[in-house]
Amino acid sequence: MSSLPVTTLAPPRPASEVSSSLRAADPHSRRRRRRSRVMRTVLLAGMIAAMIPLALILIEVGRRGANAFGWSFLTQTEPPFRREGGGYLQGLVGTFYMVTFATAMSVPLGIMAAVYLVEYGRGWLARVIRFFTDVMTGVPSVFVGLFVYALLIRDIGFGTFVGALALSVIMLPIVVRSSEEMLKLVPEDQRAASAALGARRWQTIVKVVLPTARPGLVTGAMLAVARAAGETAPLLLTALGALSVVTAVQGTPQSALTLLIYDGATQPFAPGQQRAWAGALLLLGIVFVFTAVARFVSSRSTVRPD
Amino acid sequence: MYSTTTGTHPGIELRHSPVGGETPRSEVPEQIQSAVFEIEQFGVSYAGTPAIADISLRIPAGEITALIGPSGCGKSTLLRSLNRMNDLIAVATHTGTIRYRGLDLHAADVDPAEVRRRIGMVFQKPNPFAQSIYDNVAFGPRLHGRSKGLDDVVERALRRAALWDEVKDKLREPGHAISGGQQQRLCIARAIAMEPDVILMDEPCSALDPIATLKIEDLMRQLREDYSIVIVTHNMQQAARVSDRTAFLTVDMEAADGQRCGRLVEFERTEKLFTQASDERTEAYITGRFG
Repeated sequence: MSSLPVTTLAPPRPASEVSSSLRAADPHSRRRRRRSRVMRTVLLAGMIAAMIPLALILIEVGRRGANAFGWSFLTQTEPPFRREGGGYLQGLVGTFYMVTFATAMSVPLGIMAAVYLVEYGRGWLARVIRFFTDVMTGVPSVFVGLFVYALLIRDIGFGTFVGALALSVIMLPIVVRSSEEMLKLVPEDQRAASAALGARRWQTIVKVVLPTARPGLVTGAMLAVARAAGETAPLLLTALGALSVVTAVQGTPQSALTLLIYDGATQPFAPGQQRAWAGALLLLGIVFVFTAVARFVSSRSTVRPD
Repeated sequence: MYSTTTGTHPGIELRHSPVGGETPRSEVPEQIQSAVFEIEQFGVSYAGTPAIADISLRIPAGEITALIGPSGCGKSTLLRSLNRMNDLIAVATHTGTIRYRGLDLHAADVDPAEVRRRIGMVFQKPNPFAQSIYDNVAFGPRLHGRSKGLDDVVERALRRAALWDEVKDKLREPGHAISGGQQQRLCIARAIAMEPDVILMDEPCSALDPIATLKIEDLMRQLREDYSIVIVTHNMQQAARVSDRTAFLTVDMEAADGQRCGRLVEFERTEKLFTQASDERTEAYITGRFG
C-alpha cells in the first residue's frame, strides 16, 4: 500500500464557502438567474416577431376572404371582374385535376428514385441523382413553367396535362428527398431479418421497407401536394387559365385557384378583388387540411429512429 | 475427404481419447456422427483486412454448438458466414470452404436466398417487423408463396417457440408491442415457421433480462430435438448451460503482420472444455483471466 503513487488533489473547500454558493443570495447565482431571464425574454420576443406576419396573413385573409366566400363560391364559375357574386368553381376543378395528375406522375416516380438511392445507391449515379435533386429543389418555379412551355406548348398547346407536368416537376424533388429520409429511417435490422428468411432484395423492399416507411412516405407526398396546390408561376405559362370548367385532359387552357387569385387581384375592380381574397382563403384551407393530415399520419408513423 | 488433423489447431479427432475418470454427457457422443457444417480453412476479410482466418471445424447435426471468445474474435462473422448473411456486407471476401450437408455453400450455383431459407437466424436485438404478430410469423411462408393453412403454420410455430399461450389472443397486435423476451421468441417462431434445418443465433439473449434469458435457454434445449443450433454468446455460463459442444475463438495478437485476426483455439464437448481445457488460452478465458 505504501508504494501507491501519491496524487495531489486540491484541498477541499471550507464548508462555509460551499454552502454560501448554494444560496440564492450568492452574487454569482443572482447574475446567472438574471442572464437566464434576459435570454428567455429575448427568445420569446423573437418568437412573437416571427409569428406576426403569419398571424397577419391568417387574420387578413380570413377577414377579407369571408365576404365573398360561401356555398356559391364553390359551385359557380367566375363572372366578369366587375360583377358581384359567382365563384371559383373552374379554379377548384382545375387545381384538383392538375394536382391529381401531377401526384400520379411524381409520387410513384419519386418514391422509386428514393428507393434506388437508399437501397442500391452507392456509385456515381446515385451521387448525380442526389445532386440534381438538390438543385431541382432550389430551381425557381417560374423557370419550371418556362421550361415546360418551351418544351411542349408549341407542339401540344396549353392545358391540364402540361400544367400537371409543370407541377410534377416541382413536386418530384420534394417527394424524392422526403422519401429518401423516411426510407433511411427503416432500421437495418429489419432488412437483415427479411434477408435471413430467404427474401430477395426486391421482396425485402416491397414487403418490409416500403410498408414500414409508409406513413412517412404519405407525409412527404402530402406536403408535396400542398406545395403544388399553392403554385402559380409554373401554371401561368402552361395551364394559362380558363373562364369555365374545363374537363379536357389536353388542348384547352385550364384554370387553377392560384391563377384566378392572380388575375382577380391584379384587376382594378372590387368584386374581382373580393373573390381573390375568398380564393386565397379557400387555398389556405386546402393547404391547411393537407398539412394537418400529413402531420397526423406522420405522428402515427411506425418508423422510429433508434 | 476432409480431415480435421490438418491446420494449426488440434482437430477434434485428435483429442477424442477419453480422459480417465470422466463420464461424458450421455447424449453427447465423443465423436461427431454427422456434421451439418464442415468448415475447412475458412477465413473472412473485410476490405482486405482479415477478420477470421484458417478456421476448420465440423459442426454436428442435432446438437447445440456454442461459439465463444472475446470481442473481435470473429465469432459473429463465422456465424453469419454459415447462412451467407455476410454476403450482404459489400466489402467482405472469404477464403476456404464451408460445406453444408456436403454442399459447398459458396459454390457459384448456390442461391444465398435458398440457403437462408434452410438455415434460419435469430439476431442479437429482437427485430420483429413493424407488422402484427401473426404477419411476422407468416412472413417467411408467404414469401415463398404459401397462402393456405397459414393459421396452422403460425400456431404451430408460436407453440414451438413457447409463445402461443402469451399471444394467442393478440395475434393482430403489432409485433413490437410485446416484451423484449417475447419479441425474441417471436423472432424464433418466425424462423421456425420456415421449417429450417439449422437455426443460427447471434447472442440472442444479450438484450434480455435474466428471466427472459432463461426462457430462451429452455426453448433452445427443446428446439434441439428438431434442429441443429449454432449460438454465438458472450456469456460463458450460457454456453456451459445450453451447448453440447463449444468452439473457443480468440484474437490472434502475434500475427506476423501485426493485424488482429480471429482464430479457432479449440473445439470440444462443452463439459470437457469447461473442466479440462487443453489450451491454456481457453483456460485463461473461461476462468476470467482475460477477455
